[in-house]
Amino acid sequence: MSASTVAPATRSSRRGAGLRRASRIPRLVGGAVITALVVLLAVLGPLLAPHGQNEVVGVPFGTADGLLGNDYLGQDVLSRLLNGGRAILLISLLGTALGMVLGVLVGVVAAYSGGWLDEVIMRLNDVTLAFPQILLALVVLTAVDQPRAWLIVVLVGVSHAPRVARLARGVALGIVSRDFVVAAEALGEKRSRVILAEVLPNMNAPLLAEAGLRLTYSIGLVAALGFLGFSTDPNAANWGQMIQENRLAMASQPWAVLAPVLVIGLFTVGTNLMADGIAQLADRGDR
Amino acid sequence: MTQVATLPEPLATVAPPRSRSGGTAWALWLARRLGLAVLTLWLVSVLVYLATAALGDPVRAILGRDFAAQPARVAQLREQLGLDDPLGVRYLRWLGGLLTGDPGRSIASQRPVADLIGTTVVNTVVLVLVAALVMIPIAFGVAMVSANFRRRRGDSIIQVVLLTLAGLPEFVIGILLVALLSTTVFHLLPAVTISSQRGHPWDDPTTMVLPVATLVLTVAPYVSRIVRATLLEVLDSDYVELARLKGVPESVVMRKHALLNAIVPGIQVIALQLAWLTGGVVLVEFLFNYPGIGAQLVDSVRNHDVPMVQALSMIIAAVYVVVNLVADLLSILLTPRARTAISS
Repeated sequence: MSASTVAPATRSSRRGAGLRRASRIPRLVGGAVITALVVLLAVLGPLLAPHGQNEVVGVPFGTADGLLGNDYLGQDVLSRLLNGGRAILLISLLGTALGMVLGVLVGVVAAYSGGWLDEVIMRLNDVTLAFPQILLALVVLTAVDQPRAWLIVVLVGVSHAPRVARLARGVALGIVSRDFVVAAEALGEKRSRVILAEVLPNMNAPLLAEAGLRLTYSIGLVAALGFLGFSTDPNAANWGQMIQENRLAMASQPWAVLAPVLVIGLFTVGTNLMADGIAQLADRGDR
Repeated sequence: MTQVATLPEPLATVAPPRSRSGGTAWALWLARRLGLAVLTLWLVSVLVYLATAALGDPVRAILGRDFAAQPARVAQLREQLGLDDPLGVRYLRWLGGLLTGDPGRSIASQRPVADLIGTTVVNTVVLVLVAALVMIPIAFGVAMVSANFRRRRGDSIIQVVLLTLAGLPEFVIGILLVALLSTTVFHLLPAVTISSQRGHPWDDPTTMVLPVATLVLTVAPYVSRIVRATLLEVLDSDYVELARLKGVPESVVMRKHALLNAIVPGIQVIALQLAWLTGGVVLVEFLFNYPGIGAQLVDSVRNHDVPMVQALSMIIAAVYVVVNLVADLLSILLTPRARTAISS
């Protein structure tokens, strides 16, 4: 049954049961806790930072000042760590959202229309799948002097879309032939309404798991672009870029590199555990 | 068909011309797949060309701040890149060059792209193949151990470790390995590849250890999880239960029943991961300064070296398409059901 037909009274109790079921999957809880901690660090970090992100507090690569020492310009590593998460978090979230919307739209339209349109869409999809995600971003960045934040968001989203579309099409194929979709069609509903009101609400669980997985890859991709030296602002603190800036002194001032690396790692591990937990939850719900 | 015509009527209807039509069916299947591969590569070439040459202004990107100050240099670069011709003409000229083995000249070094790419392609292929050869036995081994512990503590511990590794981006794994093995905790291995112009990275095998280990740790968890899932499915099936009831020892069940059935899904996921590796090496090569196409691609993108980026991304896309084709072929050849489905 589609979620929209469930009466309001039963919906709240269903949500409670869902939460209880979720709390019984350790990796979902663990992943959610880790992710929440890193998100808090990224969002509240700038308020807690003892120094400004471009404030020189000591000698380059000094280890005497602050908790984590100084970076290549003598800036406080802890302050830059606390400041460097917002951009990555925001760009990854927006990129993931864009990729999910584009991918689901393409996949569902392909599945629902079928026939030659389906064939053409999925063939074109295969073409974009032949690019590893980072390659697509690099190819476009070749002709750009200084990338802006929206461009990175678009690149992340577009590189996700074909992968999401393939999954969404598969999920939607199992739904479009079910009775309630046929019934809606028989009642003369418009195609757009059938897709939005009947097909989409029933794809929730697998798409949520996919979104978690995509977020994991987005964070990795955005951080990787910073690590390769393609960031929106060369002076601003950014976890990916911090690795690149301080890499040469890894032997003498390891924290300048390890701190951002560990935070990125924690973040992606958290979202990945969460995505796997959601998939597990969806599996159990089906049975 | 001519052979069949000589057969007596009833026999011809009972026994269809298996060998002959099987052969044609295979040829048709292969031709269709090859055609799709060529079509895909052609569309990829359009995409690559549009993204690099039409989306932005490469001359503006190459010159940066000098763009407005040096009109003579702008004119010279436009001339070298042939930007004064219409887009379609430029694309066809580039595609023609690519097909005849002449992808143009690098803007950064002014040398032919083909010369610059020759050795780096070999270096990357060696890196990816060594990583795959190390990864496959490890991934299958871990999957078998994990499946042996199924529904017990050992399995769930292994699964959480694999899931954690699978969540880590490759450069994070690489830097953690560097910190662990070459700079901070132990000082066992060189952190970067230092190679001469002529030599290959494997002249000093210790420099290969960290890049290979990083790739293996990135890819093995995915393969291992898929193989384990297949093993569990088979180990719970009726015919395995029957084998156990007949008294077949568990180790033989694992080897003869479960593992053989896990090979085909294994090949599929290994192929996907191999194809992924050709892109994944970008970050790993950059991190370890390994002289392959990945590091070269990053350098070229930073220098806005359009002809180099075009050629390198076509190579990576071609590898992806070919690996997938080979994987499909192998999994059909190794699955009796799929084999007969095609030839009948």
